[in-house]
Amino acid sequence: MDYRENTHRFGRFWVLTVIVLLLLVPVAIGLYYQVLPDWNGLWRGLLGVVPIFWTVGAIEVFTYTPMLGAGGTYLAFITGNLTNLKVPCVLNALQAADAKQGSEEAEVLSTVAVAVSSFVTMSVIALGVLLLTQIQPLIESETLQPAFDNILPALFGGLGVVFISKGWKIAVAPLVFMVMLFILVPSLAGSVGILVPVGALIAIGVSRILYRRKLL
Amino acid sequence: MFSPNSSFLYLITAVVLVLIAGQSVFFLIRAWRRAKVIGIPMATLKKTVISSAVYTLAPAVSILLGVIALSKSLGLPLPWLRLSVIGAITYETAAAASATNALGLSLGTLIDDPAAFLTVVWVMTIGIMLSLILVVLLTKRIETGMTKIRTRDEKWGGILVSSLFLGMISAFLGLVFAKVGEGLTGWIPVFVMISSMLLMGVCGALMKLLKWKWLLDYALPISMLGGMALSIPITHLVRTLAQ
Repeated sequence: MDYRENTHRFGRFWVLTVIVLLLLVPVAIGLYYQVLPDWNGLWRGLLGVVPIFWTVGAIEVFTYTPMLGAGGTYLAFITGNLTNLKVPCVLNALQAADAKQGSEEAEVLSTVAVAVSSFVTMSVIALGVLLLTQIQPLIESETLQPAFDNILPALFGGLGVVFISKGWKIAVAPLVFMVMLFILVPSLAGSVGILVPVGALIAIGVSRILYRRKLL
Repeated sequence: MFSPNSSFLYLITAVVLVLIAGQSVFFLIRAWRRAKVIGIPMATLKKTVISSAVYTLAPAVSILLGVIALSKSLGLPLPWLRLSVIGAITYETAAAASATNALGLSLGTLIDDPAAFLTVVWVMTIGIMLSLILVVLLTKRIETGMTKIRTRDEKWGGILVSSLFLGMISAFLGLVFAKVGEGLTGWIPVFVMISSMLLMGVCGALMKLLKWKWLLDYALPISMLGGMALSIPITHLVRTLAQ
């Protein structure tokens, strides 16, 4: 069996294992403390979360899988923090290695990038929790607050220059649309996850038209 | 008396984290071996490791801040578990807020009722489950579909993936403008984004003019960390001007 086929086999096995493990966490807590959840609270809590996050979750699978490759996808969805970390990290790695999207090189490097990013995240959080009393005053200080409030603009600013300069003809339309949309309807800021595929569809539509007219 | 910081909850967290770290090791070793087979130079692999690690540091610290924020109501082990793996700060905070609201509690108070805590854990668990199930069901199909598109028309396949990237980047660059209606302070994220773009431009110029090819590996981390660092004086300056 080849590498890609095995990646899917192992990936599915690991994701299923993690699903079972995650479900076992509340089961174990319930058994250990001899309690049941508050069913009414559970139902109402889920009503506030499931409609939006299941939609975003489904959208993320369709949008990010072609970007992350198979190994990167299985690992990134388990280790989480996709939009704010794993996807930009993979874009950074592929850009630095000048790897062609869809190639086996991109598949392998994407997996390496996601794995390393997961280790670093786990290590930083573990160290942070262990040294909490020492570092809490520093990282929660008012001086540093703007830096953590502005991670996304800092992250996507640099990334934007790299990718827009390579495909500005495709980027103009979705970029103008999104800037106008967020200026006119700022309340959509909380729904950016749903707007990612809207941006992608506009970009795909524009690129298809340009490609057919041989302008790309 | 129940505590969301009990040893039992730390134990559960440790078990899940070890397993998922093991999974990352497994995928890393497979990818590394494959890289050698297909002839990816060791230098490229090392560069990928270093640049990914550097790139992750700042967002990881922001995730740690999320853990600390959620620990005020959920204790440390649960946010530690949820944000080290599987979750994202946007989701976990929203899920925890939805569950605590439904229970008539607040995110600012430590939960001392095991049934309420268990309810929050179930909401956080079920609320994120769909994407994992879809990954199992769809990843291979999506990848096969992309391969078919590339086989039929390689150039269009490449453009299609670039369009996905650009769509995502456009959405987040648009988001940066969401607060401009609030006045001058609402422009702070825009100024930070421009700083990050300028830093990337400077890196690009240095690479071209001085032939500093090594800078390619660090240009994105430099623009991100530099943008974050510059956000401190930018915020200070804008707030002073806005007063």
